[in-house]
Amino acid sequence: MNTEIFGVITMYVLMVLLAIPLGRYIAKVFEGQRTWLDPVLNPLDKLFFKLSGVKPEKEMNWKQHMLALLTINLVWFLFSMFVLMNMSWLPLNPDANPSMSADLAFNTTVSFISNTNLQHYSGESGVSYLGQLVLMLFQFISAAAGIAVCAVVFNAMKERTTEKLGNFYSYFVKSCTRILLPLSIIVAIILAFNGMPMTFKGKETFISLQGDTVNVSRGPAAAMVAIKQLGTNGGGFFGANSAHPLENPNYLTNMVENICIILIPIALVFSLGHILKRKKLAWMIFGVMTVGFLMFLIPSIYFEMKGNPSITHLGIAQNLGSMEGKEVRFGSAASAYWGITTTVTSNGSVNAMHDSFTPLTGMFAMLGMMINSFYGGVGVGYLNFYIYIIIAVFISGLMVGRTPEFLGKKIEAKEMKIATIIALLHTFLILAFTALSSHLYVGDPKTYAGWLNNPGNHGFSEMLYEYTSSSANNGSGFEGLGDGVPFWNITCGLVMIIARYLPIIGPVAIAGILAKKKYVPETAGTLKTDTLTFGIMVLAVIMIVAALSFFPALSLGPIGEYFH
Amino acid sequence: MSKRTRQNKLFEPSLVKEALKQSFVKLNPRIMIHNPVMFTVEICTAFMMGVCIWIFAGEKSQGGLAYNILIFLILFVTLLFANFAEAIAEARGKAQADSLRKTREDTPAKKVFPVGEIYVDEVKIVPSSQLKKGDVFICETGDTIPMDGEIIEGLATIDESAITGESAPVIREAGGDKSSVTGGTKVLSDRIKVKVTTSPGESFLDKMIALVEGASRQKTPNEIALTILLAGFTIIFVIVCVTLKPFGDFASTPITMAAFISLFVCLIPTTIGGLLSAIGIAGMDRALRANVITKSGKAVETAGDLDTLLLDKTGTITIGNRKATNFWPASNIDEKIFVEACALASLADETPEGKSIVELSGMNPNTFSTNGAKFIPFTAETRSSGIDMPNGIHIRKGAFDAIRNMVGKSGNHFPVDTEERVKTISSNGGTPLVVSQDSTVLGVIELQDIIKPGIQERFERLRKMGVKTVMVTGDNPLTAKYIANKAGVDDFIAEAKPEDKMNYIKKEQQGGKLVAMMGDGTNDAPALAQADVGVAMNSGTQAAKEAGNMVDLDNDPTKLIEIVEIGKQLLMTRGTLTTFSIANDVAKYFAIVPALFIVSIPGLQALNIMRLHSPESAILSAVIFNAIIIPLLIPLALRGVTYKPIGASALLRRNLFIYGLGGIIIPFIGIKLIDTLVAIWF
Repeated sequence: MNTEIFGVITMYVLMVLLAIPLGRYIAKVFEGQRTWLDPVLNPLDKLFFKLSGVKPEKEMNWKQHMLALLTINLVWFLFSMFVLMNMSWLPLNPDANPSMSADLAFNTTVSFISNTNLQHYSGESGVSYLGQLVLMLFQFISAAAGIAVCAVVFNAMKERTTEKLGNFYSYFVKSCTRILLPLSIIVAIILAFNGMPMTFKGKETFISLQGDTVNVSRGPAAAMVAIKQLGTNGGGFFGANSAHPLENPNYLTNMVENICIILIPIALVFSLGHILKRKKLAWMIFGVMTVGFLMFLIPSIYFEMKGNPSITHLGIAQNLGSMEGKEVRFGSAASAYWGITTTVTSNGSVNAMHDSFTPLTGMFAMLGMMINSFYGGVGVGYLNFYIYIIIAVFISGLMVGRTPEFLGKKIEAKEMKIATIIALLHTFLILAFTALSSHLYVGDPKTYAGWLNNPGNHGFSEMLYEYTSSSANNGSGFEGLGDGVPFWNITCGLVMIIARYLPIIGPVAIAGILAKKKYVPETAGTLKTDTLTFGIMVLAVIMIVAALSFFPALSLGPIGEYFH
Repeated sequence: MSKRTRQNKLFEPSLVKEALKQSFVKLNPRIMIHNPVMFTVEICTAFMMGVCIWIFAGEKSQGGLAYNILIFLILFVTLLFANFAEAIAEARGKAQADSLRKTREDTPAKKVFPVGEIYVDEVKIVPSSQLKKGDVFICETGDTIPMDGEIIEGLATIDESAITGESAPVIREAGGDKSSVTGGTKVLSDRIKVKVTTSPGESFLDKMIALVEGASRQKTPNEIALTILLAGFTIIFVIVCVTLKPFGDFASTPITMAAFISLFVCLIPTTIGGLLSAIGIAGMDRALRANVITKSGKAVETAGDLDTLLLDKTGTITIGNRKATNFWPASNIDEKIFVEACALASLADETPEGKSIVELSGMNPNTFSTNGAKFIPFTAETRSSGIDMPNGIHIRKGAFDAIRNMVGKSGNHFPVDTEERVKTISSNGGTPLVVSQDSTVLGVIELQDIIKPGIQERFERLRKMGVKTVMVTGDNPLTAKYIANKAGVDDFIAEAKPEDKMNYIKKEQQGGKLVAMMGDGTNDAPALAQADVGVAMNSGTQAAKEAGNMVDLDNDPTKLIEIVEIGKQLLMTRGTLTTFSIANDVAKYFAIVPALFIVSIPGLQALNIMRLHSPESAILSAVIFNAIIIPLLIPLALRGVTYKPIGASALLRRNLFIYGLGGIIIPFIGIKLIDTLVAIWF
C-alpha cells in the first residue's frame, strides 16, 4: 500500500481507538462519577466556584443555561476587546507589535469567543504574547462552552420528564479542567519535545548562509497549538498556521495535531451512548458522520494525489500529487486528510493552503463546512446533527404512521419551528452574505479590486469560502481574499456571532422543551432511531436539505472551475 | 346483514365538475394564503404574467414570448391542480356527508306543546326545521324521526338502515343506554316520546360537514408542524434563488426571470404542499366511509398513535351474549328433573342467557303451568333469580357463591362434584350458574362465550402495530383470563365497574400511553371523555356521544381497530408524499442548474446527466413534471398509503425505498420523457 495512504488510515484508526475510551471518560465526568483526576482537580474546581460564588449543585432549566452562556460570553467579549485594542502598551510585548483597530479587534474577538478562529491578522506581527495568551484562554473557554452545552443536551435527552438540566457552570468548569486541560498538557508536551517553541522571549536572530539577517518569530506556541487542535479552534500562533515549520515541525507532530482535530467531537458522540445508555444510537450517529466524512475525504485524497490536470497537460510528471501550496514533509494525502478533517469539524487550522487545492477538493472542504455536522465542532457539531435528526425523525415518524417522536418525546410544531429556523440559518448566512459581496464587487469592480486575487470562478469560491468558514465557525481561509478590511472584518464578525449563538440556543431549546414533555414508552409501532434505515434517512436529509441548497452556488465556484 | 356500499369511484363526474369550479374559486389569494407553499407559487405565477406583459411591451433580454407564456400557463395549471386536489377531497367528503344528511330533510314532526291552544300536552304537526333543543315530539309506527333526540317515554323498534346500512331493526327505549334516536331513522312499531337534544345545524353530522368544508376546518397539530417544515423549505429555496441573481451577475451569466421562477417553483415542495389539505380531508372522509363521524381532524390523527385499546368483551371479542351449552346435574339428581328446574327458573328471565337456557332445555315454555307462581327477579343483592311455585317449591339459579351462601344458611352442604364442576367451567372460560331447589343444589348450568372468528388475527395485527389490547368484562377473573388468552388480548379488566375503565385509562395515560375506548352508556361518559380517542356508539346515550370525540354509526365495537388504521394511513400518506416531494429536488437541480449556466460555463454540460435537449426544454420539462405529478398523486392522497403492520423499522425501510428512492429516480425518467416531447418545439 502507498505509504501516504497508510499514514492517513493509521491516523484515522488511532483517532477512533483513542476516542472510544475518551468518550467513556467524558460520560463519567458529566455523570458526576469518580475519575482518577478528581483528587488533583477537585480542589481547583472548588476554588473556582468559591471565587465566583457559583453553587455547582443548583440545577438550571434550559433558559437559565443559555442566560449563563450568554452572560459569560459578553464578559469575555468586553475583556478581549480591551486587551486587543491596547496591546501595544500592555506587558508581554517583546516584539513591540501594535494594537488592533476597532474593526479588526471586533472580528478577532468574535472569532475567538465563537470558537471560529478566523484570523484577519498574522500572529507574528499582529498580536503581542499577552494577546496570544488571551486568545489561547478563549480557545479553552469557547471549546469548553461548546462541550458544556452539549452536556446539557445529552442530559435533556434522558428518559424522564424534567426541567432540571444540571448546572451550566459546573459543566463548563469540568469541560475545562477534566477534558481540555489534561489532554492539552499531554499534547503540548509531545509537541514541545518535537521542536515547537515554548518561550516568552522575543524574536531570535541568526545570520543565514547567504549572510542575511533573519528574525525568527517564536513564543509560547506549543501550549496554544495543543488547545488550538483539541478545541476545534484552529487559530494558529503563526500566520501560516500548521503549515509553519515551528507550528508543525514533522510528520509525527502532524499526526498528533491531526488526530486532535476530531478526537473530542467523536468522543462526545460515544459519550452520548454512555450517558443515555443507548450505545447503538451513538454508533448510528458515528456511522452517518463517518459515511459523510468519507464521501468528502476519499475523492479529495484522490484528486490531490492525482495532481493538477493543467500541470499534467504541460507534460510535467506529478509523482507526489498536486504539491502547490503543500508542505513536502506532509505530502498530498496527509494534506488532503487534514484539509477535510479541519473543515468537517469546525477546526479551521491548516497544514496546506486550501486556495491551492484542486477545485473539487476545495468544494468538499466547503461542503464539510456547509453541513458542519459530520463530526463538527466540539459539542456544537452534535448540536447541528441533532437538528437534522429532529427533521429526519419528523418525516420518517410520519412515514411509519405515528406522530413523530424522538427518544420517547413527541415532536410538535414548536420544536419544528425552531429546527427549521436553525436548519435554514446557515444556508441563509452563507448565501446572503456571498450575494452581498458579489453584488458590491460587480457593481464597482475598481473600488473592490483589492478583495480578489483571482477572477472568475476561483474568485467567487474565495468569497463563498470566507462566509462558509465564518458561518460554520470554522475559521480556515481560502487565502487569496483580501479580508483585512472593515467590510470583511465586520460582515464576517456578524456572521460568526449569529452562526455561533443561534445554532446553540436552538437545539438546547428543543432539547429543553422535549425534556419537559411526557415520556412515551417505546412500542412495536415506535420508530427506532438506532437503526441503519434511520441512519440512511438522516444522511439523505442532510444531503438533500443542506448540501443540495448550495448546488447552484458551488456550480459557479469550484464545479465551474473544475469543468473549465 | 346487508351493508349499504359507500364505495363510490374516486372521480365521479358530478364531483369532478364541482371540484373544477372550486379550483378556480380557490385561486382567491385570501384562501390561498392558508397554504404558504402554494401561495408563493401564486405570487410567482402573477410575476410571470408581468414578465409576459413586459416582453410583449418590447423587452428583449427575457427570452421568447411563447416560451414565457408557456411557463406562465404551466404555473397557472400547477395552481389549479393543487386546488383541484383539495376541492375533489372536499367534494367527496361533502357528498358522503350529504348522503347522510339527505335522510334528515324536512319531515313533519308531531310536536308536543306542554300548554297548547286547547289542551295541555297538545300535539301539533310542525316541520322538523322548527324543532329546537329541549322540544318534545311523538313518533308512532311508520313515522320518520325528525330530529336527533333521547327517548323520554316508551319503547320502539326502529329501522336505522338509513344511517347505518344495517337492515335489522333495533330496539330503543327510555332510560338505560339505548335511549338515543337519530333523525332520519324510521319507527317500525310502538310509540315513543322524544326530547330534542341538538339545535338545528349542530348535530354531529353538521359538525362533520363543517369540518370537511373549508370554513371551519382547522389544521391539526401535526399538519401545522408539517406546514412549518414545508414553509422552511420554501424559505431556503427563496434564499437559494434570490442569491443566484448576484452570483449570476458575478459570473457574467444573465439568468432570465422565467428560469429563476421555474427553478424556485420546482424546488419548493409543491407536490406535498398541493396535496396536504386533500390528505387531511381524505382521512376524515375515510372515517366517514367507515361510518364513523369524527368531531375533529385531530382525533383521526391521534388514532394513528394509539397505544392501548379498551375493548368490551361482549360484541367485540365474543359474539353477542353467553349461551347455555351444558346442564351438569349433581351426582344424586335425575337429569330430567334438573333440566326442568333450570327451564322453570329461567321462564321469566328475559336476558339472552335466560332465553338460551330455556332453548337448550328443549322444553316448550307454554307447557308449564305457572299459574300462581311468583317470579323472583335478579337483584344485585341476592345475585340470583328464580321462581316460587304455587306448590311451595322454591327454585333459584345464580352465581356459585350466592347459592352456596344460601344453601349453607339452611344447613345443607354444597355437593363436592358440583363444586368441582363449577371450577372446571370457570377455568374453561365458561360461566357457571348453580341451580337449587329448596336449598338443595340440583346442579350447574354451563354458559359459554363464543369468540368471534378471525378476532385473534386482528389482535395479532394490532400487536404488530404496537397497540396493546385490553378486554373489559364483568366476568370473574378466571373466566376473563381464559377468554383473554383464547382471543389473544394482552390484558383484561375483570369484574369491571365503570370506574375501573376510568382508572385503567388514567393509569395508562400516566405512563405516557394514548388510550382509546368505545362505550355507549351514560356511565361510560367520563371514561370516554378521559380517553384520547373515545368512540361513542350512535345508539348510546346523548351524554356518551357528547363525551367522546367520534361517533360510530354502525354501533360496531370492532370499529376501533379500523379507526387506528385510518389514523396511521393519514400520517403515513403525509410522510411518504413529503419524502417523495423533497427527493424530487435532486433530479430538478440536475435539470435546471446546468441549463442556467450552460452559456457562461459550457463545461457544466457535464452536469446535464439527463442529456436534456436545450436549456429551454430542460426548464420546461422540469416545470411540467412538477405540475403533472400533483394530479397523478391525487388518487394516492385520497386513498391513502396502504398500512402494513410489519414493524416500524421495516415499514420505514419499505416506504423509504418506494417513496424516497422512487422520488429520486422517477423525476429523472419523467423529466427526460417530457424533454423528448418538448424538444420537438424548443
